[in-house]
Parts: sequence; structure tokens; C-alpha cells
Amino acid sequence: MQSRLPILIFALVMAAIPFVPGMPPFWIVLLDNIGLAALVAMGLVLLTGVGGLTSFGQAAFVGFGAYTTAVLSTTYGVSPWLTLPLSLVVSGSLAVLLGLVTVRLSGHYLPLGTLAWGLGLFYLFSKLEFLGRNDGISAIPPLSIGSFKMLSPGSIYYAIWVAVILSALLTMNLLDSRTGRAIRALRRGHVAAEAFGVHTPRAKMLVFIHAAVLAGLSGWLYAHLQRAVNPTPFGAQAGIEYLFIAVVGGAGYVWGGVLGAALVVVLKEVLQSYLPLILPGSGQVETIVFGIMLVALLQLAPGGVWPWLMSFLPERTRGKKPDTSLKLAQRTRSPGQSSVLLQVDKARKQFGGVVAVNNVSFDVQAREIVALIGPNGAGKSTTFNLITGVLSATSGSISVLGNKLDRAPPQEIVKLGISRTFQHVKLVPDMTVLENVAIGAHLRGHSGPISSMLRLDRADEAKLLAEAARQIERVGLGEQMHQLAGSLSLGQQRIVEIARALCVDPMLLLLDEPAAGLRHMEKQRLATLLRELRDGGMSVLLVEHDMGFVMNLADRIVVLDFGTKIAEGTPATIKTNPEVIKAYLGVAA
Amino acid sequence: MNTTIMLFLLQDGITNGAIYALLGLALVLVFAVTRVILIPQGEFVTYGALTYASLAAGQMPGTTKLALALGMGAFAFDLFAARKALHGRLILRSVLTNIVLPAIVLALTVYFAAQKPPVAVCIALSLVIVAMIGLFLYRIAFQPLAHTSVLVLLIASVGVHLALQGLGLLFFGAEGQRGPAVLSGSFTAGALRFTGQSITVYGITIAFIVGLWLFFGLTLYGKALRATAVNRLGARLAGIRTTLSGQIAFLLASVIGALSGIMIVPITTLYYDSGFLIGLKGFVAAIIGGLVSYPLTAVAAVVVGIVEAFSSFYASNYKEVIVFMLLIPVLLLRSLAAPAVEEEKD
Repeated sequence: MQSRLPILIFALVMAAIPFVPGMPPFWIVLLDNIGLAALVAMGLVLLTGVGGLTSFGQAAFVGFGAYTTAVLSTTYGVSPWLTLPLSLVVSGSLAVLLGLVTVRLSGHYLPLGTLAWGLGLFYLFSKLEFLGRNDGISAIPPLSIGSFKMLSPGSIYYAIWVAVILSALLTMNLLDSRTGRAIRALRRGHVAAEAFGVHTPRAKMLVFIHAAVLAGLSGWLYAHLQRAVNPTPFGAQAGIEYLFIAVVGGAGYVWGGVLGAALVVVLKEVLQSYLPLILPGSGQVETIVFGIMLVALLQLAPGGVWPWLMSFLPERTRGKKPDTSLKLAQRTRSPGQSSVLLQVDKARKQFGGVVAVNNVSFDVQAREIVALIGPNGAGKSTTFNLITGVLSATSGSISVLGNKLDRAPPQEIVKLGISRTFQHVKLVPDMTVLENVAIGAHLRGHSGPISSMLRLDRADEAKLLAEAARQIERVGLGEQMHQLAGSLSLGQQRIVEIARALCVDPMLLLLDEPAAGLRHMEKQRLATLLRELRDGGMSVLLVEHDMGFVMNLADRIVVLDFGTKIAEGTPATIKTNPEVIKAYLGVAA
Repeated sequence: MNTTIMLFLLQDGITNGAIYALLGLALVLVFAVTRVILIPQGEFVTYGALTYASLAAGQMPGTTKLALALGMGAFAFDLFAARKALHGRLILRSVLTNIVLPAIVLALTVYFAAQKPPVAVCIALSLVIVAMIGLFLYRIAFQPLAHTSVLVLLIASVGVHLALQGLGLLFFGAEGQRGPAVLSGSFTAGALRFTGQSITVYGITIAFIVGLWLFFGLTLYGKALRATAVNRLGARLAGIRTTLSGQIAFLLASVIGALSGIMIVPITTLYYDSGFLIGLKGFVAAIIGGLVSYPLTAVAAVVVGIVEAFSSFYASNYKEVIVFMLLIPVLLLRSLAAPAVEEEKD
């Protein structure tokens, strides 16, 4: 994704800073604090900026990390290096517990829920006897290597910044992978991601744990830097502060977290040390000025400082074309399979008293293009949602190759080889076309989050991207492969959705108004593509309003009106069917 | 435990719960209309309470100067926003609401503070001062951010909270204050003693809940606010000024906050930073109510108050833990009952 050179330079600069002659020791303390805050903010970037899950509770995870090592290394005399994995495990497993309760919450419940348990845990820290109540725990041993003890802020500096840079690299690796694409798709709602087999609750849980582990790491370092812990830095105020570090820096960017930490820590320090000189006498002036500056900053750069700075850099050429010679395993198609691919039998969907789909039956054969038409509100999109498992039918059955889909979720249905596009385009606008299309191949890759972080997923990843690139070229968007999906025209975005659906290697392709927004030539190209797909062995079921397009393309047409099937047949018979004409024109011809 | 203690705790819980209900209602209102999670709500409470207590003690509260300063800021924002089309009437209206009004209130405050004014005057002045602060804050801090995400609004809200809390320390000092009872006197019914203050709390809470219900159900402005809450763009296309809706929401929230503060300050000592925690308990109620339902929020608030009263009797150390952890089972239930089809969001 990005070149590693700037990170290397950054690491070298950070390594050299303590050797600069005349560097005030206090600056090193500041840099230590920046590093600690950056670790937590980085987790929040992934959680909030990328995954769309706002959490106020991160300070509590810092607390778990810090208290774990504090208790173990003082009361039980365990070596700090041994407590490191334990601190991470404790914050990670408590994240699982809290996540089970909160992660499924949508919208504004989540931030408020995290605020609530963040507060509750803070009070718990300050009341529990074995955590030292409000006084906390002191005399925590320093980190040491052999006989060298990291007692000074300058010596633990390296431990902190190695942790920051490693975490940043791992986080960026994670984002640039199969799992990362699933995480990045979370913010745009679940329906699209789930239609391609992403298990969204699991992906949310994953980022939640990742953020908690980073916070726990920060807490572990904090405990050994301060060599004392008390509840104050793990309260709700701190949780809120971490969040605005992430937002000020730029909530969608890993380095935004680091920059935000630097800005906020330095700003607070400057205000605390210089403001009393300008406005002497009063106690909390720095809080007032800090609050005002925060609001002003948001009004000037609502997206955060990092993207604002990046916009001054010259546009870089994005990525290179994947090697399309790599192939993914294809779906095995049994030669003796029945010719009826999809069988919809008396499917019915009621929303309260409204019958959106009224006992509709039809089938789709192998190598066939079937069109589902009807006036607005006829129940076409609802039928699609029933087939793909977004909605479950009130009664009736839908079967694929003779197997009934009994309330199977979308993730299971896509495994059967049914993939779809959406009437309202559901792409991730700030991901490239290539990345969006690669989500379609999600189930054909196998790398998990750990191997992605460690870059052990590259062979798998190359195949996924190759498949995505091949499908993009197949639909004729090779030129736009590295553009952001949001920058394309609506018609092109629909075509991107088709490429994404093709990445599933489907037997049946469901297209919801694929030709809407396309120009005449583009429609012709789409029709040619769909015919090619059919001749290659795929079936297509499409909803479309453009009658010319449908009549020239479809082998068979099913007409719905007010949720009921009124006609079925070849284009020629449908054109002359009086019921159909009445439904469309309102008069009997 | 005997019945008397239980009744006493219940009474205490309901009184606190009524306050949380008011704050919860205000939070729901502001969130629904402006998408701002109003963390400074707690500051409205302390500002109202401490302004009232200072006035009653014959001191000049700093909040009234803050109102004038914020008004000037709001006027500057208005001028800047309208710089391409400066109409006389527009400027006149802005001058009147943003400068003349707070100036008059400042003069009144100076006049009354010197002579230990009666309770009613203290209440009226405190309410007007905090209401203006709420209104101007919306203009300065939130209206320019109205188009951004809930997250950005939330962080801005945190910034405002920090600034207001710092100013609170500046105005009122670190010492806590108490104010005179709004309604003195008391009567006993069985084992329970009802003070005039607690009766006031119940009365005002019920009046507000009914009032808000009527406002949203029957008046045009109330309906405009609801329309803004459902769909900002749609409301604008229908000719509703969404900034006006935001202003009304903030005005109501600050009045409700100040009123709650004035009702609590005769019962408990309030410090400049007490509001945050009180506001958060209103939050707990609002979340239980799902941030949408007013009656549910009110009921939840009373439950929160009662749980708080009982846990402070049985396990006073863990009072806050219990109140905030109360949310977890509620959230669990909500997540189990969460609707399957979610909305498109960005």
C-alpha cells in the first residue's frame, strides 16, 4: 500500500533524538507521554475512524494493562517482561467480555455504552482493596535488561517508541489485507459486507480487541514508566481525551493518531507552562483555552490535522496493477446438477399488514437470464432480499439446487454461489475500486488477522487482488482500478458492484437495476457482458426498469404487480400480455 | 431493613430520579434535533445552581458577564456568516438578541445583586442568564459544525464542557455552595416528611414532561423540531430552518439544566464540577430510554434514582459502580432485541 521509506526515516529520527546534544530531559518525558497516548489513539483510529465504533472506554483498558502488571510485579514479584503478555491477555479478554455486550449496539448506543462502563470501571479501580483503592499501587519495579534498569525517562523512551512504531506497522498491515477490507467496510453498514460473507459482528469484535490490546500495552508501559499507578488516569475524562486525540489527528489514519497525540500533549504542556505567565492568578485557564482551541480546530479542520497536512503533498501514483496470472480455486460445479438453479415457491413477506411479496413462485434455470419486472413498489427488491437472506420470508420456501434455504443468513447464501448487486450502490467510497471489488472475493481467501499483521498473507492476498483485477478488466473498468470508488460516476459504480459480485465466482448473479444511470453505449456493453456470462454457464436474475434493455436481453420475464406475480413468459409474450399492459399503463388495451 | 427506611430511600430516590428525568429529557431533545451529545448539560446545571446561590447571597455571578461575552462572539459569527448580504434587519435582530439582551440582563443583575433580591428574582435571572449561554453556545460552537459527523460534534461538545468547567472554577471558586429553598415549609404523611423543596421538584418535573409532550404534539415549532430530528434535509426542503430548531433545542436544554440545578442546590452542596456526574446519570436514563422515548426516559430516570438511593444505603462505596453498571444489562437486552435491518450511515 504505502512505501515503507517514510516510516524508516521517522524511526531513525526518533532513535536519534535522545542523542541530540543539549536536548532537555523534559522533552524526552513529553515524547514518552506522546508515545503512550499514541498507542491508545492508534487503537481508536482502527476502532472509531475506520470501523465506525466510537469508544469512550479505552482508558479503562489502559487501566487493565497497568493494574495487571502493577499487581503481579509488586505483590507476586513476577518479572515485568512476563507480565507484558499477561497485561495484553487481560485487556484483550476483558475486551471480549465487554465487547459481547456493547459491540452489537449500533449508532449512538455504543459510545454511550462505553462511556457507562468506562465510568463504572474507574470507580471499581478506586474502590477495590487489592488495587490499593484511591492510593493505587506504588514501588512497581522498572523494566530491565540484564543489570540495566530503565529508571530514567530517557531509557524507557526506546521501549515506548519501538512499541509505537511496531504497532503502527502491524496496524497498517492489518488494514491492507483481506481482514482489513472487511473492517473498512463496517462503517458503511452491514448489508453489503455480509452479502459477501463478512461476519460483521466478528470483524467488529476483532477491532475492539485490537484497540484494547494496544491500550493495554500503553498501560503496561505507563506502569513501568511511572512505577506507580492510581485510578485517576483511567477515568472517563481520560477516555474522552484519547478519543479527541484521535479525532484531532484524523480519525481515519494510523499516523493521525500519533500526530494527534503529539499535538494534544504538547499543546496541554505549553498551555500549562506559559499561560500562567500571560494570565496570572487563575487556576484552570489552560482548560478553558484548551477547550476553546479544540472547538476552533474542529471548525477549521473537521477531518483532523493529518489529512489536512497530507493534502499539501503532491498526489502519488496509487499502487501497481496486480499480477493477473495468479488464479484462485474455482467453485466445483457438479456436471450432473439439476437444471433448476433457484426455485422460489410461494414466497411471502409481510411487513405488519402490508404484503410486500404475495405467494410468488418462479424458478431460474442454469444458463438463463431471467428478468423480474414490475411497476414501483411491486416487491422486486424485497424478493431479492428474501433470496439473499437479508430478509426472511414470512412463509413459503426458496431453494438452491434443491436445498431449502431456511432462514440462512446472507453469509451462508453467498457460499452457495449466489451473489448480488444493490439498487442503492453500496461501495466503500474511500477505498479504491480494486479494494472494493476484492471484498467480493472475501470467502475465497483464508488469511486471518494475525497472519495479515505479520505479512504472512501475501501469497493469498496476491491471488485475491489478481482475481479482483481480472473481474474489473472484464467489466471494462481497468483504467479506474486505482481510483477511489466514491470518485466514479453512479453508472460506473454500478458496474463496480457487478465486478465485485463476479469475484464470488457465482452460479447465479442477482442484479438490482444494473442499467440505471448508464449511457446507451454502456448499456449495450453491459448486455454483451451478461450474455457472455450466461454462455459461460452462469445464470442471471435481474430487476430492471429499462424495457428495451430487458426485452433484448432476457430469456424469460417474470412480472410482479403489488407483490403478486401477474405474468411469466418470453419477452414476446410479455409484450402482448394484457395484464402486464394494464399494470404499466393503467388501462386495458 | 424496616419499612420506614425503605420508604425514606424510595422518596429520596424519586426526588433525585425526577432531576435525572429532566436532564435525560433535555439530552434526548438535543440529540434528536442536533445530533449533539450534550456533555455540557452538567455545566448548565452547575451554572444555574451556583448563579442562583450567588445571587441569593448577594454576590455578582460571573456567568452574566460570560453571557455578554458569548453574545458578542455570536454577533461576530452572525456578521461573518452574513458578510455577503448584510441586511439592516438581520443585523438589528442579531444586535438585539446577542448584545442588547445580555447587556440588559447584566445591568439588572448588577442592580439586584447589591440588595439580596427575593428568591423569585434570583430564579428568573439565573434562568435567563443560563438560557442565553446555551443559545449563544449553539451559535458559536455547534452551528458551524452542524453538517459534520456525530463523532466530531461529540468531541466539540467535550471541548465546550472543558471550557465551561474551567470558567465555572473561575466564576464560583473551588468552594461548594448551597442556595435557599425555593419553597420552604413541610408536612408529614405517615412516617414520611415532605419538604416544600421536594414537592417543587415533583411538580416542576411533571409540568415539564407534560409541557414538552404538549409542545411536541401540538405546536408548529414542536413539530418542526421533530421533523428536523427525523430528517434534516427533508425538514429544510419543507422550509424549516434547522438552525432555528437547533437554537430552540439548546434553549430548552439550558433552561431545563439550570432549573434542575436550582432545584438541587437547596438540597445538596454543589461544586463547580458537580454537574458532570449529575448530567451523566441523566445520560444513563436517556440511554435506557433509547435516546428517543420521553416517557421511557422519565421512568428509567426514576429507576436510576431509586437504585442510587438504595445502593448508597447498602454499599455506599460502590454507589457509582452500581449506577453505571446498571446500563450493562439494559444494553444487553437492547442488543438482543436490536432490529435486524440497520440503516445506512456514514
